[in-house]
Amino acid sequence: MTTATRGEPPPIPPPLPTPAPQGVLTPINTGSEALWAYDAAPERIRPEISPEYGLFIGGEFVPSASGALMPTINPATDETICQIARAEQADVDRAVQAARDALPAWSALPGKERGKYLYRIARRIQERARELAVLETIDGGKPIRESRDIDIPLAAAHFFYHAGWCDKLRYAFAGREPAPVGVCGQIIPWNFPLLMAAWKLAPALACGNTAVLKPAETTPLTALRLGEICREIGLPAGVVNIVTGAGETGAAIVDHPGVDKIAFTGSTEVGKRIAKSVAGTNKKLTLELGGKSPNIIFEDASIDQAIEGIIQGIYFNQGHVCCAGSRLFVQESVLDDVIARLERRLGSLRVGDPLDKNTDVGAINSKAQLETIERYLQAGKDEGAKLHEVNNSALPEAGSWCRPCFFTGVQPSQTVAREEIFGPVLAVMSFRTPDEAITRANNSPYGLAAGVWTDKGSKIFEIARRLQAGVVWLNTYNKFDPASPFGGFKQSGFGREGGMHGLRAYVRL
Amino acid sequence: MGERLSVTKTYKLLIGGTFPRSESGRVTPVGDGDAPEAYVCHASRKDLRDAVEAARKAQPAWAGSTAYLRGQILYRLGEMMEGKRAELAAALTGTDADAEVARSIDRVVHYAGWCDKYPQVLGCANPVSGPYHNFTVPEAVGVVGVICPDEPSLLGLVSLVAPVIAGGSSCVVLASESSPIAPCVLAEALATSDLPGGVVNILTGFRDELAPHFSSHSELDAIHAGGLSDDQARILREGSATNLKRVTLREGIDWTDDNACEDPWWIEPFLEMKTIWHPSAT
Repeated sequence: MTTATRGEPPPIPPPLPTPAPQGVLTPINTGSEALWAYDAAPERIRPEISPEYGLFIGGEFVPSASGALMPTINPATDETICQIARAEQADVDRAVQAARDALPAWSALPGKERGKYLYRIARRIQERARELAVLETIDGGKPIRESRDIDIPLAAAHFFYHAGWCDKLRYAFAGREPAPVGVCGQIIPWNFPLLMAAWKLAPALACGNTAVLKPAETTPLTALRLGEICREIGLPAGVVNIVTGAGETGAAIVDHPGVDKIAFTGSTEVGKRIAKSVAGTNKKLTLELGGKSPNIIFEDASIDQAIEGIIQGIYFNQGHVCCAGSRLFVQESVLDDVIARLERRLGSLRVGDPLDKNTDVGAINSKAQLETIERYLQAGKDEGAKLHEVNNSALPEAGSWCRPCFFTGVQPSQTVAREEIFGPVLAVMSFRTPDEAITRANNSPYGLAAGVWTDKGSKIFEIARRLQAGVVWLNTYNKFDPASPFGGFKQSGFGREGGMHGLRAYVRL
Repeated sequence: MGERLSVTKTYKLLIGGTFPRSESGRVTPVGDGDAPEAYVCHASRKDLRDAVEAARKAQPAWAGSTAYLRGQILYRLGEMMEGKRAELAAALTGTDADAEVARSIDRVVHYAGWCDKYPQVLGCANPVSGPYHNFTVPEAVGVVGVICPDEPSLLGLVSLVAPVIAGGSSCVVLASESSPIAPCVLAEALATSDLPGGVVNILTGFRDELAPHFSSHSELDAIHAGGLSDDQARILREGSATNLKRVTLREGIDWTDDNACEDPWWIEPFLEMKTIWHPSAT
């Protein structure tokens, strides 16, 4: 397999010149280019974007059968970035067929060889990291600091981690010989577009499966670049197929008889619908769904550290995080102190241009999501909670924005304490005893993540044991690593992603 | 002097460590239609709800007891079954009743030994890139609904229940519909073993009637079932979507195959993996 065999299908631009990753990066301010003796900072890079993108099927970029397109929009400016193909049934049929055709050869490939393809993908993500970071920020609205330091490096790390598993799978399943599941249909959300694509594709490919991936409607650009990378590194055609579209594209994948496994990350409501629609089939299913994760601060915590943890926990990525620490439980004796410090810290967060590396909170991913968040803010006020809006950042005129804020005086029965808001909104509540904190933290249909802050070692591990959550962060929050399994208890879904445990979803034992 | 008239027994349900009749008052004859050898209770939806409540109540203490103790108690169950070998065999209909009883006992002993080992085999420390202590530990999923195949009525039940309770969950069992006597005898062994009341609850009744209620019950966290028809499997999975139960269906299993039925991957579906991070610093 060499890169020389690639086709040249319009409307996709010819493959990027390789290697020379810098070749695709154009400094925005070309006038001062000569002054730069070192690499430009990523926020000053403008990646090439075609006016139109097709679907990545069978190793080639192709237009959708119907020619239907949809725009992808920069939520920080409301400008249309470009047009994306909207895949329909016929396109999904083609993608699934391509994945089926590629399956026998790919799954029969020695693990060591499979691994080398994954290593190549990881390398190319690293080498094109700046371009990917800027695209991620333009397409989704997240601060460049986060896409540069977290999303893209972690996506590369995920492929590196799984590359090494390819020829070691039998050591992951004591006493069993793992076999691939087959064709995986993978549907991912808009909050960490490339990272979620990596979370899905890396373990699927490592275990010898082929995939049809559907990126989210509002954030398809980095996944399409990943398609380019797959082609560039010579990944056999059809092993990875990427179909862009909205809900009906996802439904066509879920209902497709040629798909052996569904992996979905998104809302609990859609997750349940998927679980129901695969009920009569033999499809394997893993779901990574919503959350309303508790973050518990005890009076014996290091309060300053805890404040940073709370801020990271809820305002990271505008709160568009399934494991966001959106319910804060503060021990009564330190409640006033915590609220005062939280207000002070919140006031210093910078909201605005996601491409500015000093920005802490970027744009809300879409108009629709902004409306959802505003509905919740109204519900919180209507139900009697007190809204603290202490952040005064000047907001750009265009785009979707929500300043970080929090509610106090929240009752457990209120909407903002129960439902996932998926925005920079925190609900603060108090408790007296550890037992009360645990009971209230567990009183939720969700069970994705939890945080605990105390300097008392024996207490922190006992509370970690009693919290019903798949990930428990002790004296820290929102840490991710390819070697660390992620996933929820209860209605936050089933199955794990990452680590040795994440492989389980992609093998038959 | 005529022959002695035997006393026909009505086997009752096992709920929360006690033996109630079905709240519905229904009983079903077992065996020859004209001269039933015994009767079993015909459990209702309400009995299922009561059993789930008992299982929920018993579960945290069972999961919270030491792995060593759980292993001891499962082994004790094996001992109690050994003492009832003849009675269990007599309750089975097949020709290889003795072999089925022996294998069932051995399977319980196998899973007894897993209690303090599966966390080591299935859990791990994770080498994350940063100054963090990070590890993944298995925890019990909670309350599991177990729906048993008709045959083998004893070995099927034991194979489905043992991994669930070894993993620290409690369960509500719907026993074989066609051969419920051996499960009822087992219930008597369970009640006199050291297993806390409510960890295993056994219902007898009709699968078509009760399986939909298992699937829709919001307090069941998982399902472990064998011997279902395609329709029953679909109904079970559809209903389970309402609260995202973890559903494991055993299809085409040779229950007598130790290699197929005895390993930690039978416990794993009834575990939740919890990953814990803590900074490591001075």
